[in-house]
Amino acid sequence: MNLTLKVWRQKNSSDKGHFETYQVKDISSEMSFLEMFDVLNEQLIKEGKEPIAFDHDCREGICGMCSMYINGRPHGPWHANTTCQLHMRAYKDGDTIVVEPWRANAFPVIKDLVVDRNAFDRIVQAGGFISVNTGNAVDANALPIEKHKADESFAAAACIGCGACVAACKNSSAMLFMSAKVSHLALLPQGDPERKNRVLNMVAQMDKENFGSCTFTQACEAVCPKEIKVTNISRLNGEYLNAAFTEQ
Amino acid sequence: MKWIDLFTSSVGKKFIMGLTGISLIAFLIVHAGLNACIWANDNGEMFNTAAYFMGHTVVIRIAEIGLFAGILLHIVQGLVLVFQNQRKRTVKYAVPIKDGKSKWYSRSMGLLGTLVLLFLVMHIAHFWVPSRITHTLDEVQLGLKTGENLYARMLDVFQSPLVVILYVLGCISLCYHLMHGFQSAFRTFGVRNDRYLSILTPVGVWFSIIICATFAMMPISMYLGWVN
Ligand code: HEM
Ligand code: SF4
Ligand code: FES
Repeated sequence: MNLTLKVWRQKNSSDKGHFETYQVKDISSEMSFLEMFDVLNEQLIKEGKEPIAFDHDCREGICGMCSMYINGRPHGPWHANTTCQLHMRAYKDGDTIVVEPWRANAFPVIKDLVVDRNAFDRIVQAGGFISVNTGNAVDANALPIEKHKADESFAAAACIGCGACVAACKNSSAMLFMSAKVSHLALLPQGDPERKNRVLNMVAQMDKENFGSCTFTQACEAVCPKEIKVTNISRLNGEYLNAAFTEQ
Repeated sequence: MKWIDLFTSSVGKKFIMGLTGISLIAFLIVHAGLNACIWANDNGEMFNTAAYFMGHTVVIRIAEIGLFAGILLHIVQGLVLVFQNQRKRTVKYAVPIKDGKSKWYSRSMGLLGTLVLLFLVMHIAHFWVPSRITHTLDEVQLGLKTGENLYARMLDVFQSPLVVILYVLGCISLCYHLMHGFQSAFRTFGVRNDRYLSILTPVGVWFSIIICATFAMMPISMYLGWVN
């Protein structure tokens, strides 16, 4: 199929940036969206032009790097899917596709479609961990954990930190991401000792990083490739209020 | 954690919004219940007696101060939230976000709240100011006591079709504000159990429709002469 692409080009973080229009030909419906970009980049290199910078790593939906806002939706049109797992059969011959980087002041554009997501790492550093002694791994069955809690914790731990939730939120809020980290640990006995400080510190860090607050529009849940549920945000709120009223 | 964080942190601000929002909802229930007395169609006797009770009971007058403080806090925090959140994305998307799930009214709480605020200013000027500040209402004999004829004031105000339309529009704005606000407040307090969430949303929607339709029917029934 032949497609028209409108792609955001921006030299560096201080450049204003603009859209460029490209034509790609003979794209197979079996290709992934990123492979289609590889074809376009080869074409650009052959023409002596600068290829488009975009983030990617695993290309199998587990690393969370592939941040593209495609025709108004982070990660493109498919439900519970990452850009790298989006395939060209989602499009038909003659389509025009507009590709933008994640837009949020907390995620400044580095180049073209690449944004700086270090703010997420700093939120995790503020409390998204447990302090344990190193050494041999303990026996998996030594600590009994209720099945439904293990399941819920596991579902929250599936977050790959891609940032689509921030990109889709009208407030650029990082609450879905942060609530996944808080829930993952709050549900397990290992997360209990640092439970209160964790949530207070992570929220404080999120506010410092210039993300907005949650107004429960639920846009984040709709675009999350890992189907992280907004009920995790309710849990985060409960954890925060509990900590705020009881922590010294 | 300092207490001030409850007013300045993102989650804390939402907690204050939810708390004041739910208090305002509690007030709306009382307000709608009392005003429904106009439908007794007894020339306003029941309604004026209820209004007299509300205006002359110390506990209720104290609660009135709390109500004003609450609504002020809700408005100030609400506008602060909206403006702060708007500033988090300076460069906008060329293609607007299509997430396929979020409702337009959940994305427009600031706008809907502002419409409710404009309505409230008009509403307070119509009834609260003449009753509590300027004391310009007619007197009416209620048994042994002399009260204010708020009922006559209502009949008078709702003779204007423009006012009736503005009141109905105010009620519609409030309805959408609450359709999102009701369930959002409970989520802000931490409610996450699927069993409760699955009843919370329809209860919130029906509550908003019923309470706002009740309010909207008051000017309409007075204008159309169903009560007189
Ligand atoms: C009778 C009047 C009102 C009632 C009963 C009411 C109720 C509520 C409720 C229950 C919430 C949800 C809180 C939460 O999500 O935690 C809310 C949110 C909000 N309200 Fe109001 N409200 C009223 C008037 C106003 C006014 C006058 C404004 C003024 C601008 C306003 C602005 C907002 C905003 C901006 C939000 C935040 C939306 C969000 O975070 O989801 N509201 N309101
Ligand atoms: S919650 Fe979902 S959308 Fe947000 S960072 Fe995690 S995986 Fe990505
Ligand atoms: S490249 Fe790793 S999730 Fe898409």
